[in-house]
Amino acid sequence: MNQFQYVRPTKQQAAIEAVAKDANATFIAGGTNLVDLMKRGVMTPQKLVDINRLPLAKIERENNGLRIGALALNSAVADDKLVREKQPLLALALNAGASAQLRNMATVGGNMLQRTRCPYFYDTTMPCNKREPGTGCGALEGINRMHAIFGFSDKCIAVHPSDMSVALVALDATVLVSGPKGDRRISFADFHRLPGDTPHRDTNLEPGELITAVDVPDAPFTKHVSYYKVRERASYAFALVSAAAALELDGNTIKAARLAMGGVAHKPWRLTAAEQALVGKPATEATFRQAAEVAMQGAKAFKHNAYKLKLAPNTLIQALKTATTA
Amino acid sequence: MKPLSKQIGTGMNRVDGRLKVTGAATYSAEYELPGITYAVLVGSTIAKGRLASIDTKDAERAPGVLAVITHLNAPKAPGTKPEGKDPSQPQTVGSALQVLVDDKIRFNDQPIAVVVADTLERARFAAGLVKAQYAKEAHQTNLEANRPNAFLPTQAKKNPKSPVADYQRGQADAYKTGALKLEAEYVIPTEVHHPMELQAITAHWEAPDRLTLYDKTQGTMATRRDFAKQWGLPEENVKVIATFVGGAFGNALHSWPHESAAIIAAKVVNRPVKLMLTREQMFTMVGYRPHTWQKIGMSATPDGKITAITHEAVGQTSTYEEFTESTLGQTRMMYEAPNLTTRYRLVALDIGSPIWMRGPGEATGAFALESAMDEMAHLLNLDPLEFRLRNYTEQDPERNRPWSTKFLKECYKAGADRIGWSKRQLKPGALREGDWLIGYGMGVGTFGAHRGSSKANAQLLPNGTVLLQSAVTDIGPGTGTAMTQIAADTLGLEPGKIRFEWGNSTFAQAPTQGGSAIVNSVGPAVQEACLALKDKLRELAATGNSAFAAARKEDVAFADGYLTLNGNPTARANYVDLVRQAGGTAVAVDSKPGPDGQKYSMYSFSVHFAEVRVHQLTGEVRVSKLVSCADAGTIINEKTAGNQMKGGAVGGIGMALMEHALIDDRFGRYVTKDLADYHVPVHADAPAVEVFFVNQPDPHVNALGTKGIGEIATIGVAPAIANAVFNATGKRVRELPITPDKLI
Ligand SMILES: Cc1cc2nc3c(=O)[nH]c(=O)nc-3n(C[C@H](O)[C@H](O)[C@H](O)COP(=O)(O)OP(=O)(O)OC[C@H]3O[C@@H](n4cnc5c(N)ncnc54)[C@H](O)[C@@H]3O)c2cc1C
Ligand code: SF4
Repeated sequence: MNQFQYVRPTKQQAAIEAVAKDANATFIAGGTNLVDLMKRGVMTPQKLVDINRLPLAKIERENNGLRIGALALNSAVADDKLVREKQPLLALALNAGASAQLRNMATVGGNMLQRTRCPYFYDTTMPCNKREPGTGCGALEGINRMHAIFGFSDKCIAVHPSDMSVALVALDATVLVSGPKGDRRISFADFHRLPGDTPHRDTNLEPGELITAVDVPDAPFTKHVSYYKVRERASYAFALVSAAAALELDGNTIKAARLAMGGVAHKPWRLTAAEQALVGKPATEATFRQAAEVAMQGAKAFKHNAYKLKLAPNTLIQALKTATTA
Repeated sequence: MKPLSKQIGTGMNRVDGRLKVTGAATYSAEYELPGITYAVLVGSTIAKGRLASIDTKDAERAPGVLAVITHLNAPKAPGTKPEGKDPSQPQTVGSALQVLVDDKIRFNDQPIAVVVADTLERARFAAGLVKAQYAKEAHQTNLEANRPNAFLPTQAKKNPKSPVADYQRGQADAYKTGALKLEAEYVIPTEVHHPMELQAITAHWEAPDRLTLYDKTQGTMATRRDFAKQWGLPEENVKVIATFVGGAFGNALHSWPHESAAIIAAKVVNRPVKLMLTREQMFTMVGYRPHTWQKIGMSATPDGKITAITHEAVGQTSTYEEFTESTLGQTRMMYEAPNLTTRYRLVALDIGSPIWMRGPGEATGAFALESAMDEMAHLLNLDPLEFRLRNYTEQDPERNRPWSTKFLKECYKAGADRIGWSKRQLKPGALREGDWLIGYGMGVGTFGAHRGSSKANAQLLPNGTVLLQSAVTDIGPGTGTAMTQIAADTLGLEPGKIRFEWGNSTFAQAPTQGGSAIVNSVGPAVQEACLALKDKLRELAATGNSAFAAARKEDVAFADGYLTLNGNPTARANYVDLVRQAGGTAVAVDSKPGPDGQKYSMYSFSVHFAEVRVHQLTGEVRVSKLVSCADAGTIINEKTAGNQMKGGAVGGIGMALMEHALIDDRFGRYVTKDLADYHVPVHADAPAVEVFFVNQPDPHVNALGTKGIGEIATIGVAPAIANAVFNATGKRVRELPITPDKLI
């Protein structure tokens, strides 16, 4: 680990300036991802701007929705009464992530910005375009069991590891950011990027921009929801594939649906075409199977992740089944 | 011996439990010696070649740095061996990779430098400044690709009776002509021990020729011997302390590079040096269960009698040591098979050496054998338990002699009852609950009931307590607790009156904690020491009391700190008074295995029954029930013994379902580097394991009747789960771990 400066501003503007002014400065929230990356020499900030003194941890009602502060802890959000009542899918996704100890440290902003778990990204002796542009993608011809089947490029085939983000993209959330040029709102679906030729950029956040909150609009998905996560052990592991499903049912007929998958792409993967394939249909396994087929269009596998071509649709079907009976 | 009375068998709490849960137990990285310094290893980033150059200037100039040591400036230990000696001699003991002796790179992350500083952070920072240039050579890290180069271990070439030599009874490969036959290949990936406590050592040269090591080791005597030899010192000049060891599972059965490096570093800075590995380094330089390929051929008669088995294994070793293990032992003795062939081979790869991991080779071999048993039962349309009963051995078919004791049938019955075996359907895929397919499977395990020579010292102190000392370590099974119980029971004292001290090479000689042999070996030494104390007390009582002098030995009773005489209520002597009068009393015993080892085959046996649920869409596997039954001789402490069984069973779940260390062969480097991507079971993966002990003494191993538990707790669990998965789904997974991708 290298030496670094550490500051704890109490004013949002000071925090933003501190990072905007200094290309080697970065925010730190719970530190559960950043500190690991620093220990491994993957990220080497010279200045840490600790944002934990900023008043950004509230969860409140705002304009027909929930506003969740960027510093709200993953555990606090998952346990929050309003969240459980209005957006139970979000609570499910959060509780499927990491461990209780980590969720007690991790923040909403940090969760969205956690880096990929691609092992080549974590080993500074190996090639990785995301860590060091131009060195090549270690995973492309290497061990790519955990990697993407959608939206990858030949520069990077990594997946975004967050569970929470899968729920947020399904729920049409909006990210509120504040930066040196002022405040802006980014729809969750546009927040994370596909790798293209610039895999070193995970998101569309500009330097110095601070996430202040996430807005989740009210929707009729308060009952029939499921976050189904398949992993190599029963708990405390990243997803091989996960699926978020939220249904509005009229009897057995699907009135509205929201679907997204995790562990399949460089960003949380919203499935709008598959959602449309569900609307107006009966909530049966046959319907779910058709929607899963739509969802899988364009999927392509690498040497070790061909299983995802089958696991992903099956997980989606299972999430839909669970949501229906929830 | 007398039926064991008060202490044996009871679930007495661990004598060191309070120390451990309050943090008062001191582990090898926690000795705060005056002047302590911190060392960090720099590892190679190639798997094979030479160090062309190494630039240490920046590291040397970094704040707080006391030394940067490489092969260029390291002092040579006098015992350093010239390169190119026979790698099988001695095979896994004492042939630690010699570090910082030359420019040769033998595996990725091999230590190429050690940086010593006044704080850990400064040492770590400086270690990052060391820059190496390499002359790379082509490396080999893939077992499958190198299987054509497999060779017979040197040990077997020299000695055709060696346990790793080719074995044959009846006709070779007779299964090929069998009426009903099976041929299948099985693969176990590399698994890493990963005990909670990282490998750590604090090395202190107390004088130029006196070395003290606070070290994570399973054998204080073995570590003492290795490093005394390396530094050309008399063994008495090296002291090894390992009072508390936070789990090991075999990875502290060997002397490793980081230990050598820490000792060199302490020599250079002439201060105590502490060195603790990182989790990432735990993958690369302190051993692992070797990636192993196996093939089984088996034939049987239509009524379920095995006619032949051929079992072949190819295991991985390093280029500088020939590590071997008993992968094929269980196949030779478990079932009545008139024609039997085993062949064991090695492939040397550019990876650090393996080392026995819990249940070692036997667990690897049992995965193949017990899976094949299940496959054959399926071919025969027979219940796999019935198939095993039809091939049960009433005596050892390998050595043609009786078992010392064998209560495996009792274990079969107890386990089948407890798991609800009668619910199992012959046809796979017949039971389900919603999307979850349900299946039942079993797997058998066995391990030699080994006993080694062991000494013990005992003293009755004037305050009425007994002090016992042994060099043995307690890596978690509760050795200290079991020895306390044995002593208390033998002497008729409360356990609170016994102080058993362990984990110090200056104490009485004891074998290394491993191979399930410690209670078998040290237990009788403690018992004999206590019996010798009783003899002394009887003599002391006889000198002062005519009734005792006239009494027969067997009429003198010991209880609650007094000697009494049968039928003579007035004859009563207090231990403490006797000792005071005599001015103290001490005994030392040397306990050796008896001759029965030549007459009998001695084994512990286990059987594990699993109920699993497999999700038909996602391939997730949940072990919903696990029953582990053991014939392990006398159970000294049902609580710690049960704890061993449960821990071993959970280890078996890891082996079956998730443990898998992955190397990218292009770089010869692990891509699994921490416990976030190398998965071991969490609580949610482990059902409440039900344990059953036959608890029948084996009078031939030792007077206590113990046979050993640690290994059989794991051996046979992975195939039980794999077989249950087959019963649930009809899918036979022959390559571990059974991850969802293999089932969908
Ligand atoms: C062993 C392990 C297992 C895990 N398993 C899972 C899992 O199964 N599922 C899952 O979803 N996650 C998992 N995680 C990841 C965990 O969820 C993240 O580490 C956590 O959410 C990050 O939050 P943090 O507040 O600690 O972020 P930090 O580590 O503090 O920050 C992460 C990044 O976000 C930036 N940042 C933080 N807050 C802001 C802000 N408000 N504005 C702008 N930038 C900001 C930081 O600069 C940094 O680059 C796991 C982590 C570990 C260590
Ligand atoms: S997949 Fe992306 S993160 Fe992984 S090695 Fe390739 S570029 Fe790096």
